[in-house]
Amino acid sequence: MLSDTLPLAATANAAAHEGYEAVYSRPATLLSTPMHYCPGCSHSLVHKLLMEVIAEMGIQEHTIGIAPVGCSVFAYEYMDIDMQEAAHGRACAVATAVKRLMPDRYVFTYQGDGDLAAIGIAETIHAVNRGENFLIVFINNAVYGMTSGQMAPTTLSGMKTTTSPCGRSEALTGSPLKIAEMMAQLPGTWYVTRQMVANANAVRRTKKALRHALEAQQLQKGTCLVEILANCPSNWKMTPVESMKFVEETMTQTFPLGDLKLEGRLCK
Amino acid sequence: MKGNEALAEAAIRAGCDAYFGYPITPQSEVLEYLAREMPRYGRLVMQAESEVASINMLYGAAGAGFRVMTSSSSPGFSLMQEGISYMAGAELPCLLVNVNRAGPGLGTIQPGQGDYFQATKGGGHGDYRLLVLAPASVQEMADFVFLGFTLAEKYRNPVLILSDGAIGQMMEKVVFDQAPVPDIPKPWATVGKPAHRSRNYITSLHIQPEQMEQHNLRLLEKYKAMQEEVRFEEIATADADYLLVAYGLSGRIAHKAVDVARHRGLRVGLLRPITLYPFPERRLAQLARQVQGMLTIELNSGQMLEDVRLAVNGRVPVRHLGRLGGMLPTPDDIVHELENILEVQHA
Ligand SMILES: Cc1ncc(C[n+]2csc(CCOP(=O)(O)OP(=O)(O)O)c2C)c(N)n1
Ligand code: SF4
Repeated sequence: MLSDTLPLAATANAAAHEGYEAVYSRPATLLSTPMHYCPGCSHSLVHKLLMEVIAEMGIQEHTIGIAPVGCSVFAYEYMDIDMQEAAHGRACAVATAVKRLMPDRYVFTYQGDGDLAAIGIAETIHAVNRGENFLIVFINNAVYGMTSGQMAPTTLSGMKTTTSPCGRSEALTGSPLKIAEMMAQLPGTWYVTRQMVANANAVRRTKKALRHALEAQQLQKGTCLVEILANCPSNWKMTPVESMKFVEETMTQTFPLGDLKLEGRLCK
Repeated sequence: MKGNEALAEAAIRAGCDAYFGYPITPQSEVLEYLAREMPRYGRLVMQAESEVASINMLYGAAGAGFRVMTSSSSPGFSLMQEGISYMAGAELPCLLVNVNRAGPGLGTIQPGQGDYFQATKGGGHGDYRLLVLAPASVQEMADFVFLGFTLAEKYRNPVLILSDGAIGQMMEKVVFDQAPVPDIPKPWATVGKPAHRSRNYITSLHIQPEQMEQHNLRLLEKYKAMQEEVRFEEIATADADYLLVAYGLSGRIAHKAVDVARHRGLRVGLLRPITLYPFPERRLAQLARQVQGMLTIELNSGQMLEDVRLAVNGRVPVRHLGRLGGMLPTPDDIVHELENILEVQHA
């Protein structure tokens, strides 16, 4: 479904009218293709933030993105940059090769929690441990969105999903995997932060984090990981507003927000 | 030089930009040789954390337009199949090497040809084919690297060198006399989108069935065009009234068997497929008009046998002689089998 495309088109029209000023528009790096995401889904918002940063930094020509398997598998349909669509979980391996062979390019992976934290955890840990010099945008929505709401490694304890119908049991399935904390422990990371996009301030902070992480690539100091707590209103069976509230009030208790590592040093 | 080392050296000389691999016997020499030699040429060599990672690194590098290779042996090669399927789907050129050991499972590190079906019928999921080259000597281990890169880039398709533990480990003289494979433009590569062109993306996803079918049909056209790359070697077929069919290591053994059989007055020839896909089915169909029967020699329980039978389409009986588990037939075993078959046929 499309979330921001229609209003954007409307503002673009409005801007053509004399006396009006465009205060909100789509960055040149984001294509006008209607997005397939559910209404109110964080994916569309994070796509836009990432593309805004790339447009503002003027690095469209020098950026290569790696899309995952998950709801954002079609990221390359929306982002107007060169992209590769990786096999489920393998984005960090794909990005490793791209960045190693073209060290002057900006490279990022965009991955969900099933993709990165379950099937792709080995590729992620090893890429980070090698200090691969790219950005990992990690969308943590606590479920497998694309396959309709199964349990993920990040599913909250007790949270109901289609494969944990009585609530996630720690005895059977372990506890929510704290990817940002794990990755911050590895010497290969330069910048690790956890953000969300549940309110206007949080959106601004997330955008700042993305920019900081991409700028850090010039330093060649190691991996940057921006974990973003996201919603999945469709599979959580909530309205977009309820789901954002859930992110803000409940998810953040298991996954505290903030910087975990800055300039290669763990934050206190 | 060892077969595996000859292959590695050829990769450098052919202009391979990057190699990704994971240790496994009997092919670890490839990674070891390249780890030592490749950085001197400013090329990238990486030991990945698994074969899954290797093949996906290969995907990324090939998608960015680089000339790339990975190698493994049977269990590791099985682990790569999903990634190979993605590369076939996304039409990424690359050179794959499987130094076949005997299986199933962990099996043994001795040579085998049990991966023939996996190599020639797609191997991973979905409907795709690899071009498959089967070297029978250390020289061919080297030569097929040049041929492999050339074909991979010509067809935008993965090419597989299907070797085995014996060819990989044996020492023979090898001559490197080929120039690097010429670069061809790769306008589809993801290197960063300049303002004047639309974005490039590498994907194997076509969610609409109509589009997926169109993509499948396009791949099919390509596989049809690849048929002209068929290659094989014939030994003493001109007057043969019985034919051996064998590739790779068993092709070498069968060649010796032809010499022994001829010495004993048997008019036996050999067809050695060099490409296992495309398969020399036309030539086999022709020979089926000339010979009384065929015998495949394989280090498996009868896999290429099925392709030979399809090619001759019932015109002559096709039998199979195989050793399993890393054991090899001797030329005498083959001649003995031939004598039995011919005796029965004449009786
Ligand atoms: C090898 C493999 N296993 C399973 C799948 C099915 N699959 C597709 S997406 C997905 C999970 C996606 O969840 P997540 O990474 O959390 O992303 P989201 O959809 O929530 O954004 C799974 C299991 C697949 N495509 N490939
Ligand atoms: S299923 Fe969930 S993650 Fe996927 S688009 Fe819909 S809301 Fe977003």
